Amino acid sequence: MSVDGKPIGPGLSRKYLLGADRNGRDVAVRLLYGGRNSLLVGFGAALVTATLAVSLGLIAGYFRGWADRVISGVFDIIWSFPVLLLAIALGTALAIGGLDLGLFTIGGSSLWIPTLVIGLVYVPYLGRPIRGQVLSLREKEFVEAAIAQGMRPGRIMFSEILPNVTSTILVFGTLIIANNIITEAALSFLGAGIQSPAPSWGNLIGDGVDFLATAPHLAIVPGIAIVLTVLSLNVFGDGLRDALDPRAKVRLR
Amino acid sequence: MLRFTVRRLAQTFFVLIALSIITFVIFNVIPNGDPALRLAGRTPNPAVVQQIREDFGFNDPLPTQYANLMEKTFKGELESYSNGTNVREELLRGLPNTASLVIGAAIIWVVLGVLFGILAAKYAGRIPDRLITIIGIVGISLPVFWVGALLLYYLTFKVSLFPPGGYTPLTEDPVQWLYHMILPWTTLSILFIGFYSRLLRSNILDTVNEDYVRTARAKGLSERRITTRHVLRNALIPIVTLFGLDFGAAFGGGAILTESIFNLQGVGQYAADSIGTLDLPPILGTVLYGAFFIVLLSALVDIAYAFLDPRIRLSG
Amino acid sequence: MAEALLTVEDLRVGFETDDGRVQAVDGVSFELREGEVLAIVGESGSGKSVTAQTIMGLTRSPNAAFEGRIGFEGEDLLNASQEQLRRVRGNEIAMIFQDPMTSLHPVYKLGWQIAEQIQAHEQVSKADARERATELLRRVGIPSPESRIDNYPHEFSGGMRQRAMIAMALANSPRILIADEPTTALDVTIQAQIISLIGDLRSELGSVILITHDLGVVAEIADRVLVMYGGMVVEQGTLEELFYNPQHPYTWGLLGSLARVDGVKPRRLPSIAGAPPSLIAPPKGCRFRTRCPHEFDRCAELPPLAARAGGTQIDRCWLSPQEKAAKRAVEGRIGLEATA
Repeated sequence: MSVDGKPIGPGLSRKYLLGADRNGRDVAVRLLYGGRNSLLVGFGAALVTATLAVSLGLIAGYFRGWADRVISGVFDIIWSFPVLLLAIALGTALAIGGLDLGLFTIGGSSLWIPTLVIGLVYVPYLGRPIRGQVLSLREKEFVEAAIAQGMRPGRIMFSEILPNVTSTILVFGTLIIANNIITEAALSFLGAGIQSPAPSWGNLIGDGVDFLATAPHLAIVPGIAIVLTVLSLNVFGDGLRDALDPRAKVRLR
Repeated sequence: MLRFTVRRLAQTFFVLIALSIITFVIFNVIPNGDPALRLAGRTPNPAVVQQIREDFGFNDPLPTQYANLMEKTFKGELESYSNGTNVREELLRGLPNTASLVIGAAIIWVVLGVLFGILAAKYAGRIPDRLITIIGIVGISLPVFWVGALLLYYLTFKVSLFPPGGYTPLTEDPVQWLYHMILPWTTLSILFIGFYSRLLRSNILDTVNEDYVRTARAKGLSERRITTRHVLRNALIPIVTLFGLDFGAAFGGGAILTESIFNLQGVGQYAADSIGTLDLPPILGTVLYGAFFIVLLSALVDIAYAFLDPRIRLSG
Repeated sequence: MAEALLTVEDLRVGFETDDGRVQAVDGVSFELREGEVLAIVGESGSGKSVTAQTIMGLTRSPNAAFEGRIGFEGEDLLNASQEQLRRVRGNEIAMIFQDPMTSLHPVYKLGWQIAEQIQAHEQVSKADARERATELLRRVGIPSPESRIDNYPHEFSGGMRQRAMIAMALANSPRILIADEPTTALDVTIQAQIISLIGDLRSELGSVILITHDLGVVAEIADRVLVMYGGMVVEQGTLEELFYNPQHPYTWGLLGSLARVDGVKPRRLPSIAGAPPSLIAPPKGCRFRTRCPHEFDRCAELPPLAARAGGTQIDRCWLSPQEKAAKRAVEGRIGLEATA
């Protein structure tokens, strides 16, 4: 920061659209690269959540018994963790130390860390409804018919049950991506998400907040980028739900 | 009911134990996480580090360390590694601040969320509905910390409408308390108002198509009675459930961002500060405290659900 | 002839939908006389339920359009204010519905729901309303009503719930009971019990409008029958007229698909081929011609509802009574199938 509390370098200008930040870096460029990171983490984490939640939900709902007890127990534990606290704790701890799993190592500033952290903490939010649906689908005649035909459990789960929960996955998935982008921004804002110098919308806001008095656009513009992205995802998710849920249509009586 | 309570208590106990182990593991297994090195300062002297290890018991096997930590937790003797403050006292100190924030914001978000939800359903498809729907969906798309920072900057530093953060106890000066809480309440409730009004609107629109509402109309009841006793009675059940969970999460430290931005010195901010210094005992304390509220509220939600919908039986 | 209690004149009900305007009821007229059981028969989408619910004002909505008149005690229910309607509903005209599983409110005790019905129209104390609710439950044959009154709907079987709905409908001694497919959702043995209950209660019920697709139910208790198809009345007459001298081919089809223990048994129980007409773009002329094996050139013009067979019977078919008598005879019984 320069002496007068202003960012170094040019302000808003035609050549450097959004001017420069405290280190004289081009904010417009960082906004775009930050967007890439934020979206990568948002979508990647949703993929992690969906993969884990769907496979665990399918297994728990299909096999019931001890498999269900173990998986539901894990869901309960993650669910009971104060989510943001868990994410911040994991994010901070891993950002400092990185993760060494023997086979592969993840560096402290890798995008994988926020992706995995966010993906993990939201698993029960999708896993619980999926398990519930699978539990009731399992009682349906078409599943019994498949069992009677001697179809293997894996095939029943993937070709008989999974297609019936796709609308839940799609609708929840969209909303989870939206939620992830906000969570990532919050984590980065607190320094527990994407690590500087890599940009993300969250840490751009975090940096910009210091300059609200002299260069308010530094905090406002990345915020608007988040709002617009999340808003579009939410609107899309709404439309998807209306399209996939026959109950949502206007009914005649 | 008794079986349910016993089972829930046992479940709560196991969940809390599991959470404490996970928290402990996270902060002990990660590389470069050695607390002694951090405590020793910038240029650690090996002798000092060794002394710290000895004093804090970092040389003990991990299970022993964990057992000691938990013993202290249950006795209320858990102390911060970095400044030696008692975790229980710090939590108790932060509790009224968090309670002020969360209870006040909860009242705002429930009242406005329900009001907007009812209005939107009443005028479904017309201008008030569209307006509320747009406000709601924008509301749930806003990052809390960004809204908080902008509100704080523009309404406080630019036009001095509100105080620049901080907390004044209600018992000390109710007017100042209110004055300090208005912006945090607004910030925290925006997101929930959007969620609640959207959920209630769609619940009401589902419920008005139910056969039993047609029966109520065929009975010759007034529209007012049909709305309150027959439609809202059922449409509000999921709202009660959701509220229990949200309230528990916020009370349990989920309002970290709002607390930090407005410097409310509540439990959430305490947790955030402790995580920043990787100070295990306060982190453990706040995690257990937060999880306790989440588990407690979700048990209360189950009981409320069984009470509100006689078709549900509490399974032991 | 007893005087008309309720008169429906040229009733038209249309709903705006995304796919276009659905003309659910298209010019229906009839009257309900004091003390009679009038059955309205037709398949799903014939407009019978919409007609019945429109009498109670239950189809009112921003996307519905109404024409015609529903006369009841000097008032036009079709254009009555919400408050006028409210006073009539449950009090003068009561209604029971198809699915007793979903028609009772799931979170209130049965006694509460019946007491609410009583107190909606009469100034009585809670205790008195409860007393009367118990009595009503006893009258519709619910065992030990003193204790059952504090049960929730989900604690009753489907048949018991329909009995409770009937008890609720009787609560304010209405002059008209509209029963909208009261047995459709029930098991066959329970159906018979409910129908015989309605039969037993006839003296207290005043007039009854029974909506059903089941001619077996009609034969049990109806005095007069109205047959609806594609939003229109296609035939109307007394029970005897309709069962022994049906004029409209659609009625033949309904009768032909009825399993009867008397008369000649068909080799297999026939059903009417094809699907009900679209109400957005109904067929020109006779609505039934698309499914009628006896269709001829005149059917392109809509036949008016007229007395062709004598008696009180009216119908919408161009064929002469003699042609009808010949065409409806299939293997010694009444049926729709064209004989080769």
